[in-house]
Amino acid sequence: MTERLNVLGLAKTYPEFALGPLTFDLPAGYIMGLIGPNGAGKTTTLRLLLDMAQPSAGEFTLNGAQTADARQQARDDLGAMLDSTTLPDVWTVKDIDDNMHRLFRRWDSQQFMELVAQFDINPKTMYRRLSKGTQNKVNLAVALSHHAKLLILDEPMAGLDPIARDELRQLLQAYIQAGDASVLLSSHLTDDLAQFADYLLYLIHGEQRFFGETDTLLNRYLLVQGGSSELTAALEDHGLGLRQTSVGFSLLLPTTDQALAAGLVTSTPDLDTLMIYLGKRGEDHA
Amino acid sequence: MRIVIQNRSQLPIYQQIIDQIQAAILSGDLQPGTLLPSIRGLAKDLQISVITTTRAYHDLEQAGLVQNVQGKGTYVQAQDPALLREQTLRQVEAGLQAALDAAKIGQIPPATVHEMLDSLIAAGGDDHD
Repeated sequence: MTERLNVLGLAKTYPEFALGPLTFDLPAGYIMGLIGPNGAGKTTTLRLLLDMAQPSAGEFTLNGAQTADARQQARDDLGAMLDSTTLPDVWTVKDIDDNMHRLFRRWDSQQFMELVAQFDINPKTMYRRLSKGTQNKVNLAVALSHHAKLLILDEPMAGLDPIARDELRQLLQAYIQAGDASVLLSSHLTDDLAQFADYLLYLIHGEQRFFGETDTLLNRYLLVQGGSSELTAALEDHGLGLRQTSVGFSLLLPTTDQALAAGLVTSTPDLDTLMIYLGKRGEDHA
Repeated sequence: MRIVIQNRSQLPIYQQIIDQIQAAILSGDLQPGTLLPSIRGLAKDLQISVITTTRAYHDLEQAGLVQNVQGKGTYVQAQDPALLREQTLRQVEAGLQAALDAAKIGQIPPATVHEMLDSLIAAGGDDHD
């Protein structure tokens, strides 16, 4: 299987923050979600993959290119959108369309103008006069309009209403449908992601907590609920993110320990629930 | 072909797909030789991940309900009538066992369960699915 991304031991150390080592891969034709609380290192990870920051250790292959130089050569094959992405202030949509031909060999004017219409962007407004949210939509439209084999998108769903989010999800699913292109996107809208992302990369405090198929993460834990008197020492010992109230308790229990929860109310947690319990401060293993 | 996904169901999405395709095949709504939607097309239509539909089709193939023809797609397999009957019997047995379990918890005597079953059969047994 062709791999769009192959990441091995990638790490970045700042005086105040350490990310990694990260090891994961993304085959052609799939969607990967990058999740984690604020400050987990999601944007730093994407910046490393875009060669906007130098890794302190490790290596990665992107669209088959193993070095920063080779990746620069193959820039056409990569579509990116970060919150910090900007275009010249005075450009209108028309100017962007005119100029992107030079940057991208497979620039698709028709696709770009369709997305501009779909995203409700005024084509006559200069870039700097657009709201931050609309600027992001312009950047997203650019990323989606040059037939890149890999899209790297930082919070593309942020600031979109439910209708626009649904449209974007459909666009991304259509993007990978032929089986050649892949998408890596970060998002806080984890219930959305849990449904359509094939793979998840889950970071907390710069550390890779999980990489794998979405269902594998969801099936790794059970949400256990019960009355206060039903909380045993074994449950407290094996459970994660324990919450106690006057009427009972809840915790996440590794599925492998499910015998401890016999007779209690158990359910498969959704991704939000999972991240809330696992992200609870003081918890140290995933 | 009809597939309806419930996001809030405790049943995993791939299992919902399997159950519905299986039911359509066993009821004859999907005839042998019918081409199913492609794995990627179905994922897009249902707004779910490709891995989820891949798993559902894989499990259906393992169960002998469909066959994947490389490069062509996934087709409904002809079913062995004896096997179908066996599967149906197992479903009936599971339903009856669930009824007996409920009766035991509620301390309903077996004679009453017999009476209930007889009256359900007399009523035609078709007032719900």
